[in-house]
Amino acid sequence: MRVSTLSLASVLLIAGSTSVLAADSEADFKAAYAAAESANKEAGSLRNQWTVTAAALAAAKKAADTGDFDKALASSKEAEALAKASIFQATSEKELWKDIEIR
Amino acid sequence: MNVRFAIHLASAALALAFAAMPAVAADKPDPVADAKAFRKFFTDKFPKVKLEDFVNGPYSMNEDMHRQWEEKEQFPPYEFSLDMGKEMFSKPFKNGKSYADCFPNKGIGIRQNYPYFDDKEGKVITLELALNRCRETNGEPPFSYVKDEMAALTAYMAFTSRGKPFDIKIPDDPRALQAYQNGKQYFYTRRGQLNFSCATCHVQSPGERIRAEVLAPALGILNAMPIYRSEWSGMGTTSRRFTTCNSQIRGVPLSPQDDEYRDLEYYLSYVSNGLPISGPGARP
Amino acid sequence: MASTIRVRATSSGETTEVQALIQHPMDSGFVKNAKGEIIPPHFIQELTFEYDGKSVFVADWGGGVSKDPYVKFSFKGGKKGDDLKVSWVDNKGATDTTTAKIQ
Repeated sequence: MRVSTLSLASVLLIAGSTSVLAADSEADFKAAYAAAESANKEAGSLRNQWTVTAAALAAAKKAADTGDFDKALASSKEAEALAKASIFQATSEKELWKDIEIR
Repeated sequence: MNVRFAIHLASAALALAFAAMPAVAADKPDPVADAKAFRKFFTDKFPKVKLEDFVNGPYSMNEDMHRQWEEKEQFPPYEFSLDMGKEMFSKPFKNGKSYADCFPNKGIGIRQNYPYFDDKEGKVITLELALNRCRETNGEPPFSYVKDEMAALTAYMAFTSRGKPFDIKIPDDPRALQAYQNGKQYFYTRRGQLNFSCATCHVQSPGERIRAEVLAPALGILNAMPIYRSEWSGMGTTSRRFTTCNSQIRGVPLSPQDDEYRDLEYYLSYVSNGLPISGPGARP
Repeated sequence: MASTIRVRATSSGETTEVQALIQHPMDSGFVKNAKGEIIPPHFIQELTFEYDGKSVFVADWGGGVSKDPYVKFSFKGGKKGDDLKVSWVDNKGATDTTTAKIQ
């Protein structure tokens, strides 16, 4: 009785924390996805979006739709990293292009 | 006059002198110098290639390919598109007008003048853009910029200009010079996840291979447009080439005829001034 | 309707060189359109070149041959001014034929 109460309690606790964790990871995903989208939008204003960024965002969305928020989160983070890299590229190329210009 | 006053006077004079100096102009583009350097770069790199042969792209870079291309030219794959273009060009719109009414010299033998800078609009106008505008002005729906009908029309117009040297003009208008400069900057700017610029392939590696393809030199690269590309199993326009190049290096392409592409075409055409129009062309 | 076959045959005395460009979609039946639907197979199955009542070149094709096929070959004989007949049949039963003079 004591044991089973304990086990029940622990099961409930685990179940409770799993759903809290799941809610957390969905929230995390949403935040990461928003950040990735925002970075990609900025890349768009610099006229330098990458195809792989769009692919990562799409993969994130697809995973989220099936409830796999861990995967969705990972894809969102990848998308954000790619978008940021494309922003860095566009910004640095504003000067660097001159290095390969034929003069 | 005491020393102090003299010093004041001197500094004031100096200050005035500096103020009177014109502000150091941002590097004003010098297309003439650019074109000369551009041409020299490629003729130095490929001394055995005749200037006018640069318009053949990869075929001027590789003997075996050149032989195959010569054979192909006897029965070129763009023939069907060219015939279709000729038919389309002479067929009037529903309102009775035709393409001839939109272009100088009825649209015949003028391809080498495109793109041009329109001073009223303050932008570069390409041939493809002009064709669609002609259609829309006359109540017809525009064509897709990348293939089929647009390719057929530009194939015919290029054909009527075969042999004529590119004659792109850059008026002494800061907007035109800016458009030229933007096009040049686009050409050398790396983009896409693969971090390539147009120059990465066509300035740094012409004659070399990217996978199975031999790369064309940038000099004369638009002269053969539009092209029947075996890879596409069909015709493609300049717009098609720009957009597909972008996606191949994992950059999201812009829309055909966006400012960047128009300016890029302006730059690339200008630096190939003097080289003959060879379109429509065939490529691997 | 204009012929789908363009042919040029040149005799050098002993041999005749023939080039032909044929307009045909040559759909293999394995390619999907933008909507994801299979484009049905539509290709030339037999291409025949006849001189003096005899076949000098016969091609048995399938979907592996590309759109707008180009053919080049030589055959012994053939005189200037003589006829060369070219015809094809595709998998839908459509045909086209043309006759050209050897140059």
